[in-house]
Amino acid sequence: MKPAPFAYAKAKSLDHAIELLARPDGDARLLAGGQSLIATLNMRLSAPKLLIDLNGIGGLAGIAVKNGMIEIGALTRHAEAERSADIARHAPLIALAMPHIGHAAIRNRGTLGGSIAFADPAAELPACLLALGGEVEIAGPKGRRTVKSNDFFKGLFETALGPRDVLTAIRVPAATKDTRVGFAEFARRHGDYAMVGLAASAKANGKGLIDVRLAYFGVGNIPLRAKKAEAALAGGNVDDAVKALASDLDPSDDVQATGATKKHLAGVLLRRVAKQLMEPQP
Amino acid sequence: MSGHRCEIALTVNGESVMETVDARKTLVDFLRDDLVLTGSHVGCEHGVCGACTVRVDGVVVRGCLMLAAQCDGAKVETIEGVSDSGEIADLQAAFEQRNALQCGFCTPGMLLTAQELLANGKAPNREKIREHISGNYCRCTGYHAIVDAIESVAQARSGGKR
Repeated sequence: MKPAPFAYAKAKSLDHAIELLARPDGDARLLAGGQSLIATLNMRLSAPKLLIDLNGIGGLAGIAVKNGMIEIGALTRHAEAERSADIARHAPLIALAMPHIGHAAIRNRGTLGGSIAFADPAAELPACLLALGGEVEIAGPKGRRTVKSNDFFKGLFETALGPRDVLTAIRVPAATKDTRVGFAEFARRHGDYAMVGLAASAKANGKGLIDVRLAYFGVGNIPLRAKKAEAALAGGNVDDAVKALASDLDPSDDVQATGATKKHLAGVLLRRVAKQLMEPQP
Repeated sequence: MSGHRCEIALTVNGESVMETVDARKTLVDFLRDDLVLTGSHVGCEHGVCGACTVRVDGVVVRGCLMLAAQCDGAKVETIEGVSDSGEIADLQAAFEQRNALQCGFCTPGMLLTAQELLANGKAPNREKIREHISGNYCRCTGYHAIVDAIESVAQARSGGKR
């Protein structure tokens, strides 16, 4: 199908983009990489009156390490993050997730900020942000603010972003030598949205783990922490952690799999990811 | 500043193009309808099949997930361009030799995608090749012959380096 008609404007600056968002009908959408937005326009699942292209705005892309955090500009393309030595070193979980995000051609255009702002419940990056306890930088008509990942994802495709907000960057704590991360997902075809996926981080503590954070995706409306399983895994018991998923997760049936299948697969992923977390990483 | 019609100036396969396009027109529709470069195909129109693969500023993208309006100032290359320049002549020969297609609808996208994989001069293994072309799976073939063709070109180009 072809998109319904819309107007197109190139934002010259962040302020300009926020100004353009102020329409009486509120019917404007921000265009970053467009790898989800343009698909929904083509299928007429979405029909805004105005597209505001952010791609010409300087300073919204790039990767920097400051104050123990790694900051990734919203317009940073997946392909750039995938190749980045800074991401590999300071945000190894994001590096692990990258090859699973879409396909090479999608990663050449898609942006990290766009993926977080769109908040698809089956997407990898929102779960990574949650697993890492990261935060999101937002610019709006009243200035800038920071929102923690715990408070950012509100519901199905719903986030803390207001109608005139622009997500400008994400920040995650830079990895230290005792950081452990793990990532795995099941998808029907490599690069497709996952049926179930798991992004995890922890700290090594002697032979055990502390600060275990398990963030599942594809099992609910938002990325979900499995807190009972986290506690069991910190106690060193993988079997108990898998059992705990029964109360942590309650996935619904969808076109990809039944809830029961997803629950089973969540356990399989936990065993794989637990192994990654427990093995010393380079 | 904003409108339903946009003026764009870009290069397509090395030639300068200036056009006024509907804001809602995708890049692949612009290439096919306005420039009659019909080698880029329109399949699913939501980024899944990869039949619309083209190169923008040196990297492969989905032609259905970019607007023509976004290509102002861009350098666009299509299968016609890389075919005429001889850049992928060896890949095309290998596809033909190994019968690496059935209906051929996905082939232009497969070739451009394969070319990007091989651009770094290394020879990826079959698993990597499959992973890379996963975004171009379409319908027919089991893809074995396509993987064979890409692998043989990779080895020939790299002189066996992995």
